[in-house]
Amino acid sequence: MGARELSYAEAIREALAIALAGDERVFLMGEDIGVYGGAFQVTGDLVDRFGEERVMDTPISELGGAGVAVGAALTGMLPVYEFQFSDFSMLAMEQIVNQAAKLRYMLGGAVQVPVVFRMPTGSGLGGAAQHSQSIEAWYAHVPGLKVVEPSTPEDVKGMLLAAINDPDPVIVFEHKLLYKMKGPVPEGRYETPLDKAAIRREGRDLTIVATGVMAHRALEAAESLANEGIGAEVIDLRSLRPIDKPAIIESVKKTARLLAVYEGVKTLGIGAEVSAIVAESEAFDYLEAPILRLGGVEAPIPYSPVLEKVAVPQVDDIVASARRLARGQV
Amino acid sequence: MTSHASTPRVSASRPKVYDRLTPDAVLDALRRMHRIRRFEEAAEESYIRGLSYGTMHLSIGQEATAVGVCVPLTDADCITSTHRGHGHCIAKGAELTPMFAEFLGREGGYCKGRGGSMHIADPARGNLGANGIVGGGLPIAVGAALSAKKRRTGAVAVAFFGDGANNEGAFHEALNLASIWRLPVVFVCENNQYAMSMAISRSTAVANVADRAIAYGMPGVVVDGNNFAAVAEASFAATERARAGEGPTLIEAKTYRTRGHSRSDRNRYRTREEIEAWKALDPIARFETEIVALGIGSPARVAEIAAEVEKEMEDAVAAASASPWPSVAEVARDVYSPAGTRV
Repeated sequence: MGARELSYAEAIREALAIALAGDERVFLMGEDIGVYGGAFQVTGDLVDRFGEERVMDTPISELGGAGVAVGAALTGMLPVYEFQFSDFSMLAMEQIVNQAAKLRYMLGGAVQVPVVFRMPTGSGLGGAAQHSQSIEAWYAHVPGLKVVEPSTPEDVKGMLLAAINDPDPVIVFEHKLLYKMKGPVPEGRYETPLDKAAIRREGRDLTIVATGVMAHRALEAAESLANEGIGAEVIDLRSLRPIDKPAIIESVKKTARLLAVYEGVKTLGIGAEVSAIVAESEAFDYLEAPILRLGGVEAPIPYSPVLEKVAVPQVDDIVASARRLARGQV
Repeated sequence: MTSHASTPRVSASRPKVYDRLTPDAVLDALRRMHRIRRFEEAAEESYIRGLSYGTMHLSIGQEATAVGVCVPLTDADCITSTHRGHGHCIAKGAELTPMFAEFLGREGGYCKGRGGSMHIADPARGNLGANGIVGGGLPIAVGAALSAKKRRTGAVAVAFFGDGANNEGAFHEALNLASIWRLPVVFVCENNQYAMSMAISRSTAVANVADRAIAYGMPGVVVDGNNFAAVAEASFAATERARAGEGPTLIEAKTYRTRGHSRSDRNRYRTREEIEAWKALDPIARFETEIVALGIGSPARVAEIAAEVEKEMEDAVAAASASPWPSVAEVARDVYSPAGTRV
């Protein structure tokens, strides 16, 4: 029997349907997630299947809506709040960062805040500067939050189910370019750990650590590099908080070279943390070349397609950097 | 005045709320108001003597609002509170020793010393916590009300906030969401006239915070926040409306904090005369006078309650001071829940 294929968006919808059917405490909130089906058609027909009380259209009121989700999570419910774009979560950052992330700690462990925030992220659709950002690293800086960025349909279903079943607040970043991507997805309920990276391809010459859509670009780059005789190992981080340090360290001990690839602005981003993990570990002694980072340019995401493309790493950029690294040209 | 004339007059002025409270319940309310006052005086004294750390925000002068609002509530009902939250916490039934231990940053505190004065909470009694962010608790209370509605518990949620919060977006978003979803929530604005140094007349475009209720399709009620009976009456009406599924209410309790905003306050934005005028409206003294006048409690009983609270607070301070400091090895405890422990 061939593996069943679903799109990334369909895999999310299936996870939400399983969670809604399996636990009456689960409910969805978000802008236009009802009859409209969601800005990216993720929730689709869920409102027809589960009703308006379980799939709640929320006014354009991110701070209030996110706070309502936090309050409901504090008092026995399991809300899943969809931001239409991760950029809009800045309007709700107060509730996410000051409240959801800190309440358990501030209250001495007396409460849990089992809320899930889903955030469409990234560029590539002409959304320009306020609909295209990659702000994963901002949230990953906050103790009390868990932050994941699944890159495949199988992972997004399993990680979303794990997130809904998690006692603490979880942010799930979903790259907009992935929503239509198809891939095999197991039937039924399963959970994918929220703290483990995935080695997508093995290689001996360098390690590429990537997130989200960059994991796919890194794999494509690795194909190309293989034709040049360069073996790239590709680690899909999947989780940014907690970050899977052993996976990175073990890989770099094997390959002795590290390239971090991420869409967010390069400075003070995910790559800085990945680099530091290696620099502070025994893997440092194995390095045979400087660490390289490939991140977004130091500018807002531009509108024009020719500019948008060069604003974030593309496959050719990854190939070029990996080649320099593998050939000792750094 | 003859007794013939005075009898109907007392009867006419007897607030209706006393018809639904037993004498014990009224005296318990008085006890809670004394507890708030004594707790905060003890906190202030502790600071002056150099025994406490960090900041604190005292609500002395506002006790009738906290206690009056909480009179109709049970442990199943939730509240969210503010940085000036000691009163709400005690009104909702918290114990003085773990509260004071939290104020001192000790392991025996309600938050195991992690929260301090600004985050004291008592979830077992429905107190979801004081909040250091102005307006932070309002959406959370709406969420608690949504949760109560979905779970059909019949519980209500009360969001306490100050006049300073009424210009935050969270206030407006929370009121709107509560109203469109007809949620069982009561918004209680403690208008103590100043947001730190900003007078309400300088910060707010309407005469009363309660006037803003009309924009969100809910009743807006102004009450004398230093009058226990007036506050309790408004709270009964609002909580009954909420429990009946008729939606939220905004109550504005006009009151005054006789102490400064926090430790840094030098009172440059108000006059001594203004402070003294409000002190003359002290809510505890007025409540005691009313209790005696209405024959709910004798002067001796009223004095006894104050003395009992005095002793209770002394014991609480001693017990809290004996509580150990948190273990430094556990600085990162409770950031996350242990795996598999979701309730």
